Amino acid sequence: MSGVQVPQTPVLEVEDLRVRFQRRGEPATLAVDGVSFAVAPGETVGLVGESGCGKSVTSLATMGLLPKRGVQVSGSVRLDGQELLGAGDRTLRRLRGKDMAMVFQDPLSSLNPTVTIGVQVTEVLAAHRGMKGDAARTEAVDLLDRVGIPDPRRRLGEYPHQLSGGMRQRALIAMALACSPRLLIADEPTTALDVTIQAQILELLRDLVQGSGTALVMITHDLGVVAGLCDRVHVMYAGRIIETAERRDLFARPRHPYTGGLLHSVPRLDSGRGTPLTPIRGSARDTIPWAQGCAFAPRCDVAEDDCLVEVSGSEVELVPDGGTRELRCRHPLTPATQTAGAPS
Amino acid sequence: MSAPTAAPAAAPGGRRREKIDELAARAGALSAGAGGESLFRSAVRRLRRDPVAIIGAVIVVVFLVVAILAPFLAPRDPYAQTLLSEVRQGSIPGAREGFPLGVDQLGRDVLSRLIVGSRQSLVIGVVSTVLGAAVGMVLGILAGGLGGRVDTIVMRFVDILLSIPGLLMAISVSVLLGANQLSLMIAIAVTQVPVFARLLRGSMLVQRDSDYALAARALGVKRRKIVLGHVLPNSLSPVIVQATLSLATAIIEAAALSFLGLGDPDISRPEWGAMLASAQSVLSVRPELAVYPALCIIVVALGFTLLGESLREALDPKFRR
Ligand SMILES: Nc1ncnc2c1ncn2[C@@H]1O[C@H](COP(=O)(O)OP(=O)(O)OP(=O)(O)O)[C@@H](O)[C@H]1O
Ligand code: SF4
Ligand SMILES: [Mg+2]
Repeated sequence: MSGVQVPQTPVLEVEDLRVRFQRRGEPATLAVDGVSFAVAPGETVGLVGESGCGKSVTSLATMGLLPKRGVQVSGSVRLDGQELLGAGDRTLRRLRGKDMAMVFQDPLSSLNPTVTIGVQVTEVLAAHRGMKGDAARTEAVDLLDRVGIPDPRRRLGEYPHQLSGGMRQRALIAMALACSPRLLIADEPTTALDVTIQAQILELLRDLVQGSGTALVMITHDLGVVAGLCDRVHVMYAGRIIETAERRDLFARPRHPYTGGLLHSVPRLDSGRGTPLTPIRGSARDTIPWAQGCAFAPRCDVAEDDCLVEVSGSEVELVPDGGTRELRCRHPLTPATQTAGAPS
Repeated sequence: MSAPTAAPAAAPGGRRREKIDELAARAGALSAGAGGESLFRSAVRRLRRDPVAIIGAVIVVVFLVVAILAPFLAPRDPYAQTLLSEVRQGSIPGAREGFPLGVDQLGRDVLSRLIVGSRQSLVIGVVSTVLGAAVGMVLGILAGGLGGRVDTIVMRFVDILLSIPGLLMAISVSVLLGANQLSLMIAIAVTQVPVFARLLRGSMLVQRDSDYALAARALGVKRRKIVLGHVLPNSLSPVIVQATLSLATAIIEAAALSFLGLGDPDISRPEWGAMLASAQSVLSVRPELAVYPALCIIVVALGFTLLGESLREALDPKFRR
């Protein structure tokens, strides 16, 4: 999986994406602040970061699903070369569900409680493939079967509350993949599920995507998900990408102190019994604007004066870091600090 | 709450508006917490354990049965002036064998008139509520489904209607259309329209922001389909509650309007409000003649109110167990 070194023509190219929320009477928030990444066919890219770092907003902006009022989006989002930012509502609607699809975090609330699974699945088939009646039902049964829902014919007549959490997420995945989209964005698709179910859903996503050449963007705060699924990983912090690496590189040699902290704050099978878990201190709210310096500085154990713009005279930029990596840090971790556990 | 209000609230219409919006927002949380049991089933389960709901339901059912079967239940002809010969200046025959509640000043059996009169209340209540709810819901769907400019215009109109006290509006409309049964129902319906419009619109705005609406949009489902097929059905429970409560208001308003002589021009037809009005002139002789129809109106209105309020509680996720 990580053998994909030379990117093919990307399915999705996001360039310098910025999303600003402006509510009347409130200061503007720059939820996404110059994010760029690309996803090749069949590739799985992870967007990782703590709550509030802008992962969901990035994915909603990509899909054109952000509200129009009070939101400014700039930059470029291209799907197979077609620019999506500024595209008309009708164009976007036709692309959504057909060429790009999304799976959300909470499968229960993502399904309409008052409508049967069957109606919700066939609705997608009607919207994009013009299928109706028996043909649509047969295809719906086939789709549910493909995502591993037992007795799919009966399930079509059931309501969301009659299905288990895992089954609901499978049904939503079936709907998202009903038209074999070029791009699938999964926004924390396992967070609301039991641990045992999580693994099954991830496995299902991997199988479905691998077989079809669909580009998958996997949004998560769980490095376990990344480890099992992603080819390449972008770590986000406060609306910006702070480190990009192939999955193996990232786990073996985290360079950004925040990435290092993330790795040390989750239990890992290979981390030896005695290694203590050390959460990153502070919270995502302890941040400074990027214009004043590294946003992670208030929580960073290896911060120096030159991490502030005041001292160095320039913002901390995302720069190439050898091979396929990129890094936004003035004092990256070294092999010594990478293996010595949490930076202290 | 996500519903942006069109204009700053002004009392008393403003307070009514806020109340409606609050109800809409609360009902919006319905589908979110729906857990393992269907909303409908758990609501029924709780209703059956709620004594208030049971009292309300019993009153409503008795009223419905009486109104529907009135011609068979009424012991006498409500129009027949059987005891007219015994009515004197300053004396009206009271209860006696065959006339358990006595007769009115024209010698007609009061019990039979009350029983047959319930039909008028039911017909007027149901027709005007259905009419008001239908028009109100169309406005609500337009505002909540299309949003933007349509929303602003419709809601301005609705807010103006809402700022006029209900009875005053009903009287004006009724005077405008002439005193007859149809105009009475239209007048009452007009007072119901803004409540239903605002309630449905608020409830739809909440549902439009829901996860399942977002998920449907992410799948490229057409907006019309999302609004009518997903958002609307999930926005209806506060409307159902309101319809129950509106029946109570409609019955009271119907009685009030016919009391004021704005109802059916045929005054011999039994109707609770008209009976109340005609009892006025003989109040010193037989006050019971006013008490009976007044009690009927109060009890029936109470029944619908109790049922409506407990329905609201049963459907409110905050009270879910
Ligand atoms: N509708 C909105 N209006 C204003 N600000 C918003 C809105 N939606 C998101 N934000 C802001 O954008 C930032 C990023 O939010 P986002 O939902 O993308 O975070 P996330 O990385 O997906 O977090 P989580 O793991 O909790 O899902 C947050 O700080 C939030 O305050
Ligand atoms: S730039 Fe400075 S503050 Fe930011 S992560 Fe690197 S060392 Fe820490
Ligand atoms: Mg999110």
